[in-house]
Amino acid sequence: MQTNNSLFEYVLRLGDSCLILSQRLGEWCGHGPILEEDIALTNFALDLLGHARFWLSYAAELEGAGRDEDQLAFLRDSGEFRNVLLVEQENGDFAETIARQFYFDTWHLAMLEKLGSSTDMRVRAIAEKAAKEVRYHLQRSTDWVIRLGDGTAESKRRMQAAIDLLWMYTGEMFEMDAIDQEMVTSGVGVDLSMVRERWMEHVSKVFDQASLTKPDATWMQRGGKQGIHTEHLGYILSEMQTMQRNYPGLQW
Amino acid sequence: MVTQNTIAESDIWEWLKEVPDPEIPVLSIIDLGIVRGVECASQRGAAKITITPTYSGCPAMVVIGEDIRATMKRHGIDDVVLETVLSPAWTTDWMSEDARERLRAYGVAPPPPRLVNLAGMVAGMGSENRTDGVACPQCGSTRTEVISRYGSTACKALYKCKSCLEPFDAFKCH
Repeated sequence: MQTNNSLFEYVLRLGDSCLILSQRLGEWCGHGPILEEDIALTNFALDLLGHARFWLSYAAELEGAGRDEDQLAFLRDSGEFRNVLLVEQENGDFAETIARQFYFDTWHLAMLEKLGSSTDMRVRAIAEKAAKEVRYHLQRSTDWVIRLGDGTAESKRRMQAAIDLLWMYTGEMFEMDAIDQEMVTSGVGVDLSMVRERWMEHVSKVFDQASLTKPDATWMQRGGKQGIHTEHLGYILSEMQTMQRNYPGLQW
Repeated sequence: MVTQNTIAESDIWEWLKEVPDPEIPVLSIIDLGIVRGVECASQRGAAKITITPTYSGCPAMVVIGEDIRATMKRHGIDDVVLETVLSPAWTTDWMSEDARERLRAYGVAPPPPRLVNLAGMVAGMGSENRTDGVACPQCGSTRTEVISRYGSTACKALYKCKSCLEPFDAFKCH
């Protein structure tokens, strides 16, 4: 029972991070700097929504409390969400959106590649499927970091400001708590220190190539995975959940 | 025990070719490799059909499910159990040569062979050879460039031909 509950939490964290980032990216719809980027950002959102649905459906089954993916997405309050803090941060300018995406994609792909050999067959199948898409995401966010960092004085200034601003939200992605620990022991989950190694390697390499300066070590924010969020999440949820809150059980 | 009214699994596979992809109607769900398995149930008029999504967030999957049910109903199968599987993950390698040709004729560049595409991807931004292998569906030239890695649907990217100057959709290698 304990293990099942931990697995539920673990899967929920993955699903919530995908869901909230998807919702954030969806805010760009119709506001992208150019048409192609508008389409790209919303395509990212769509892929992530697909991943969120796989994870949340599985979480709902593991919980066995009669809830489904929609109830998990639309009827929980912010304290029950388990996404990392990074994904709920505001879109800001295009550089901030790209920095957030780059940090997340690098982590996400490293996670999924490891989860592809999970002992849990369902986790493994979702990870294999999602990794194919996330590889494409990372390619693009990497390209943009280099292009903006190595671009004009203005684009470089903004890209540097964006990676500095969001750096404090990256530490949490690699912090192991009791649930992470238990999932590593059972072979289901991922040792986050290994993910951190891969993440740091890629991020450092790209910053070099983009002639950007790696942000200084700083206090790292934490709490998202345990349900303690920044002020932003409540606003995201109020928009995302408004239909189901006002018209419970509404069908599309 | 084959009786006159028995429906064979091969019949169902054949009928599923009548279900087009909602976004790219020149291809059927069989062409795309979306159907992974067919099982006839013991009682007549029932079947289990296993499908896999192309992209995780593909909004066409709901419509595809409905279209499968409607098509089966037309052939006398009222009771369809649809199962979705994720593994093995869908790949454009499952698209037949014939399907690729129809895609090209429709104006969409078919997915390039995997190896060429991967080499292009690895070469990275600003490199010309990332578009190697994608031929313009209008004039056949391989002097093409990516305009956007994301196109009108999740499975396509936007390209431009440098020979005939036509923009076109290309199916992404996946």
